Amino acid sequence: MPYDYKPFDYVPPPGLRGPEPRQRVAIVGAGPIGLAMAIELANHGVAAVVLDDNNVVSVGSRAICWSKRALEILDRLGVGAACVQKGVTWKVGRTFHREAEVFNFDLLPEDGHKMPAFVNLQQYWVEEYLVERAQALGIDLRWKNRVVGLAQHPDHAVLTVETPDGTYALEADWVVACDGSRSPVRGMLGLDFEGELFEERFLIADIEMEADFPSERRFWFEPAFHNGQSALLHKQPDNIYRIDLQLGWTTDPEVEKQPERIIPRIERVVGHRDFKLDWTSIYTFQCRRLRHFVHDRVIFAGDSAHLVSPFGARGGNSGLQDVDALGWRLAAVVRGEAPVAALAAYDRERCFGADENLLNSSRSTRFMSPAEGVERLFRDAVLHLAGRADFARPMVNSGRLSVPCIYPLHAPDVAGLPDKARPGAVAPDAPLEDGWLLEALAGGFTVLALGQEAPEVPGTRALSPALTETLRKRYLGGAEKALYLIRPDQVVAARWTGATPEEVAEALAAAREGRT
Amino acid sequence: MSHLITTPNIADADTFYASLLAAHRGLTEAESHALNARLVLVLANHIGDRKVLELALALARDGAQTVQPAG
Repeated sequence: MPYDYKPFDYVPPPGLRGPEPRQRVAIVGAGPIGLAMAIELANHGVAAVVLDDNNVVSVGSRAICWSKRALEILDRLGVGAACVQKGVTWKVGRTFHREAEVFNFDLLPEDGHKMPAFVNLQQYWVEEYLVERAQALGIDLRWKNRVVGLAQHPDHAVLTVETPDGTYALEADWVVACDGSRSPVRGMLGLDFEGELFEERFLIADIEMEADFPSERRFWFEPAFHNGQSALLHKQPDNIYRIDLQLGWTTDPEVEKQPERIIPRIERVVGHRDFKLDWTSIYTFQCRRLRHFVHDRVIFAGDSAHLVSPFGARGGNSGLQDVDALGWRLAAVVRGEAPVAALAAYDRERCFGADENLLNSSRSTRFMSPAEGVERLFRDAVLHLAGRADFARPMVNSGRLSVPCIYPLHAPDVAGLPDKARPGAVAPDAPLEDGWLLEALAGGFTVLALGQEAPEVPGTRALSPALTETLRKRYLGGAEKALYLIRPDQVVAARWTGATPEEVAEALAAAREGRT
Repeated sequence: MSHLITTPNIADADTFYASLLAAHRGLTEAESHALNARLVLVLANHIGDRKVLELALALARDGAQTVQPAG
C-alpha cells in the first residue's frame, strides 16, 4: 500500500507580527537529520526551532537502510522501537555474477544487542515517527518556512524566512543546516563541496508488488536481465521493493525517467508486469564533502555537509551520527558548560567519519563502475575467481555496509582491554538485568565501573552493573576490573584499570572541551 | 621481518616459464590479459603479507612508464 501523505499544518509564525526573541538554535530542514537534531537537543534541555520549506515528509522512500548504530541513536530519541517494528529486519546479502551466486554475507550480529544489524524502512516513515516525537516534546516545527537569506554576526546569525504570509527575520545563536544535498544554506555561505564526481548514474525505482522475496539484499553484477550492468534489490515494508539499476554515463536521464522506459527494465528484473511504480529517481554518483562542517555560527550536518554514493548505507546513517556527535556538544555550549571551541571536536570527528565513508564509497563505486581498461580487467578477474575460490569473495565490493568509525582520540587507555571498546568507539551494547547497557548510557557522561566501585566525579553518573559474561567479554577481556568514561553520545571517552576521581575529572573536562 | 625474495627462488625456472606460456596457449590477447589479472590476484592472496605485496608492486612498477609524461 502506498504511503498516505498528510500535510502538516502551517501556522503563521510570530515573527510576521513583530520581532521574535532570539532563538538558541535554529535548525534548517525537517528531514530525518534536522528532526533528530531537534529531539537530541531537547533531550539535552535545549529548545530549537525547526524551519522547513515544505509541509510533508520525504516524497519517495529515499534513505531505506538504517544501520544498527542509527537504530541505537533513533532509540535514544524515542523512535527506535517503532522503526524496528515497522521495518524489515535483514542480515543476509547475496551477490550474483551473471546467473550464479558468487558470495553471500550474514551480518548476524552476536547475541546481546538490543538493535539488529539493519532495518529497511522508507525515510517517510522515519520522518513521520520523528515528527510525532518532536510534537510530543513541544518542539517548534515551522512548515512552509523557507530560509532565503542568512547573515552572520559575531555571536549570532539572522535568517530571512519566507512564508505563505510574507517574510520575517529570525535571530538565532546557532544555525544547524540540515537542508540536504543541495543545501541552500551552503550556497548562501558561498561554500562548495570538494571531492570526486563519478561518471555514473543509477536509476532508483520503488515498486509495489505482491511477492515473497526473502528479507535479503540482492546485488547482481552483469545480470542477463539488465544488459550487463549492475542491479540491486531491497525489500521494504508495505510490499514495496527498491530496485537500483546502473544506467551508465551516456544515457539521457530525462529519457530514462519516463515510465515507458522504466517499466520494461523492471519487468526484466522481476519477471512479470504485475507491479506498480511507486517512486523513481535518477542520481549521479558522487563522493564529496565540505572542507569544514562548522562555519562560525552555522553548523552543517547530514547531506548538506557530505555526500556519498549509495550502496553502503552511509548517507542517512552518517547524518544521524553527525547528530550524535553534535547534539551534546552544542547543548553544552548553549548552556554555557563548554567553550565554543568544543565544537571544533565535532568538526574533527565527523570530517574523519565522512572521510571513512567517502573512502569506502569511492572504492565500491570503482568496483561497480570500473573505468574501461585495467580497472575493468581486475574487477572482472575478481568476479571470475569469486565463484571458484574463497579468497576472492570478500574482494567483491557491492557496497561496504555502514559501521560506525572509531574516532582517533588522545585519551587515557589501557592495553589489553577489548579493542572494540577502546576510546573513540561506540560503547558496545550488552543486556543488563533490567534493559540494555546503551539505554543506561543515554543522557549524560557516565562512569561505567566493572569489578569495582565507581569513583564519585561531579558531572557524571555512576553505573556499576553486576558482571555478566557478555560484559566481561566486551569490556574486560582477560582483565579483572576496568573503569570506562562514556560520553553522552555513548562513545568511550577514556578507560582505566582503576582511576582516581581527579583523573576521571580531567578526562571529563578534556572530552567536554573538545581537547581529546 | 617481511621481505620480498628477489633472488632466484623457483627450482627449474625454465620449466615454470614454459608452464606460464602453456597456460596462455590458445587464448586471445584479451583472454590472456584476463588470465594474468587472475594470476596476480591468486598469487597475491597466497603471499598475503601486505608489506611484501607493496614491495612487489614497487618492483613491478619500477621502469613501467616508458614514455615520460610531458612536464
